[in-house]
Amino acid sequence: MPTGRLAVWWLIASEIVIFGGVLGSYLMHRLGHPEWANQSVHTSTWKGALNTFILLTSSLSAVLAHNAASRGDGKRAAKLMWATIGGGAAFLVVKSFEWAGEISAGYTITSNTFWSFYYTAAGLHGLHVIAGMIVMMFVATDAAKGKELQRVENAGLYWHFVDLVWIFLFPLLYIAK
Amino acid sequence: MSDNAHAPAAAGHAPHDAHPDSFYIKIWGVLLALLVVSVIGPELGIRIVTLITAFGIAIVKAYLVVKNFMHIGVEKKYVGYLLITMLALMVLMVGGVGPDVLRHDGTRWSNVAAKKVVEDGMKAGSGHGEHGGDPHAAPHGEAHGEKPAEPAPAH
Repeated sequence: MPTGRLAVWWLIASEIVIFGGVLGSYLMHRLGHPEWANQSVHTSTWKGALNTFILLTSSLSAVLAHNAASRGDGKRAAKLMWATIGGGAAFLVVKSFEWAGEISAGYTITSNTFWSFYYTAAGLHGLHVIAGMIVMMFVATDAAKGKELQRVENAGLYWHFVDLVWIFLFPLLYIAK
Repeated sequence: MSDNAHAPAAAGHAPHDAHPDSFYIKIWGVLLALLVVSVIGPELGIRIVTLITAFGIAIVKAYLVVKNFMHIGVEKKYVGYLLITMLALMVLMVGGVGPDVLRHDGTRWSNVAAKKVVEDGMKAGSGHGEHGGDPHAAPHGEAHGEKPAEPAPAH
């Protein structure tokens, strides 16, 4: 296995512990505090679903970029990676509107423990989206020149993991009312 | 890192790259269909349906992403073992801490503050008009404190 890909798998393994700790803690507290249901009803299922759609679609463009890179088509890979970056940007735009509405309604990170978990988990995930976008920008720039095409898959693996985390955050924060 | 920079064959796993783009688009379509079900299912308000459609489907979606987008099936076996080990650590953490967090009393102890938080939070209802209100009104240390329960009466 190429060193770069092995490194990404190790990174993902460490991220599992980070997000696993946050989500595991949230799950335990949620089950022990039925009153949190009174707070979680205020999260927007539709905005969460829209962001799930956006991330799933960006994962599609990421894997298609990998497919193109595997064929040696760096230009197409780069275009698809920029589409993925666009998906990440769209996700953050939706998230910023969502948070702005919630914060202006008085639901802040200090309102109570539910909202502390909500902003911490979603915020940590958002930081990973931003990190993934930055990595993709560098990789896409090289890929457009036909350079370092093996990195397209590595960046994609990380992006899929970020998508995976959201797949679990969505029901935990938005659906379980 | 750049030793295989210009070698398309080294840019990914050769075996699974046989998949055409249409294959991934189909998987994406399935993921979107599952997303729709996971949103609509809980609307029925039936607990078991919510659990299956929200959390069960999340697991299925995750499986589809890991298998088809991350190609875990053609990866070295130790990668799978590595990821499972990390998940096991998470389960260990939850299993170890869970009993203290999930329960607010036991044979010889009672987390009075936590029980009060639950009680106050339930009373507050949906919290209309108190968005900034904190059901965890008790001081932080107190909220997580425990005090011994009264000794059980002798039988």
